[in-house]
Amino acid sequence: MSGYFAKVFAILWKDILSELRTRETASAVLVFSILVIVIFNFAFEPDSDTIETVAPGILWVAFTFSGVLSLNRTFVLEKEKGCLEGLMLCPVSREVIYWGKMAASLAFMLIVEAIATPVFLILFDLPLFVPELVLVIVLATVGFVAVGTLLSALATNTRARDTLLPILFFPLVVPVIIAAVKASETVLSGGAWDEMSTWLQVMAAFDVVFLVVPSLVFEFVIEE
Amino acid sequence: MQKGSSVKNLNDRLETALVALGFALMMAALYLIFIYVPTEKEMGVIQRIFYIHVPLAWVAFLAFFIVFIGSILYLWKRDERWDILARSSAQIGVIFTTLVLVTGPIWAKPVWGTWWTWDARLTASLILWLTYIGYLLVRSYAGEESRGARMSAVLGIVGFVDVPLVYLSIKLWRTQHPRELVSTLEGSMMLTLMVSLAAFTVLYIILLRQTTAVRQLEASVRELKDSQQ
Repeated sequence: MSGYFAKVFAILWKDILSELRTRETASAVLVFSILVIVIFNFAFEPDSDTIETVAPGILWVAFTFSGVLSLNRTFVLEKEKGCLEGLMLCPVSREVIYWGKMAASLAFMLIVEAIATPVFLILFDLPLFVPELVLVIVLATVGFVAVGTLLSALATNTRARDTLLPILFFPLVVPVIIAAVKASETVLSGGAWDEMSTWLQVMAAFDVVFLVVPSLVFEFVIEE
Repeated sequence: MQKGSSVKNLNDRLETALVALGFALMMAALYLIFIYVPTEKEMGVIQRIFYIHVPLAWVAFLAFFIVFIGSILYLWKRDERWDILARSSAQIGVIFTTLVLVTGPIWAKPVWGTWWTWDARLTASLILWLTYIGYLLVRSYAGEESRGARMSAVLGIVGFVDVPLVYLSIKLWRTQHPRELVSTLEGSMMLTLMVSLAAFTVLYIILLRQTTAVRQLEASVRELKDSQQ
């Protein structure tokens, strides 16, 4: 079992190393997510009355859009440099490749969110110390990265990879987006834990389903 | 040769029987919907669209379930026929869902006073429609035939697994749809609904058989071409 985790970690570490050396994805995605927040500020012009209802939406639009941007890159480099063949030649099951790539995408997204969220809270003058929001963000990000990694591998194998990923991705992550927006709204308006727990359960259910199913079907997506 | 032609004969006869049955059921459904069934008290004549709207939605859902089954069987057995079944069913499902999304607003406008509300079932149908349009798009962008089959099979599975989650989350989000409508239906209305459902199910089966037959012919043409090269 420890060998299994070591293999997953090796793939995760490979992605982190290549990101540290190229700095191609995370920084661009971070700037993009902050830009989305700024643009939405102009689009909605939220004032102190409307901010609590509009802000969670802005945050999650920013994260979903930048998530697509980041997920798009996940397999593009592998494909362009022929690394995917190398990965597939490794004596590991396809599932391990999925977990490794998924863990890497998750790590990048969480780093981006860890920087973008405080910026967002400051820009909209919202309470800065909200530990519940961390829980919501982690649960939602696990869900959409889990689906996104599978769909990214799928879209990369087609002719229209950049356009296809969002088209396939957005309808599938609707449950996570709804739950994340509603839960963040409750957190930011200082709502009760009860109100939030339903949404946390929806996200947890989504996470479990979309960690299991993609890991089972991933092999069919990358096989040549 | 003898055996082949007798199978073909049987197939043709089944086809004729299905079309005849479908025609009879559809005519009966039209009679029941527009003449037999009494007009609903509160919503008036517009409620008659219910007998078309609801069966379409149910059959669309059946079609997507067949996509799910076909996708699993294709990945498991790697038999092209399952892929053809899934793909054809997805096409028909998308057409039926489109009709659901057209008949829904026609019904909603006079009753709710608005074409569209972000109600649970409406929104879920829209998301479903978008998901399976994505499924069909993957097909046209995948290039190679067997690769497209694998990709769309994966989507057929993942998309269907997502349906209950989409429905649950949107339902928690908001709902305005008539609830428990079907179980409290009066006898004549229930009869009309069931006949209409049967008519649309037979229509689905006919369309599915036709589409799969065309795709199978396409596949054999491709094989012939490849063998000549």
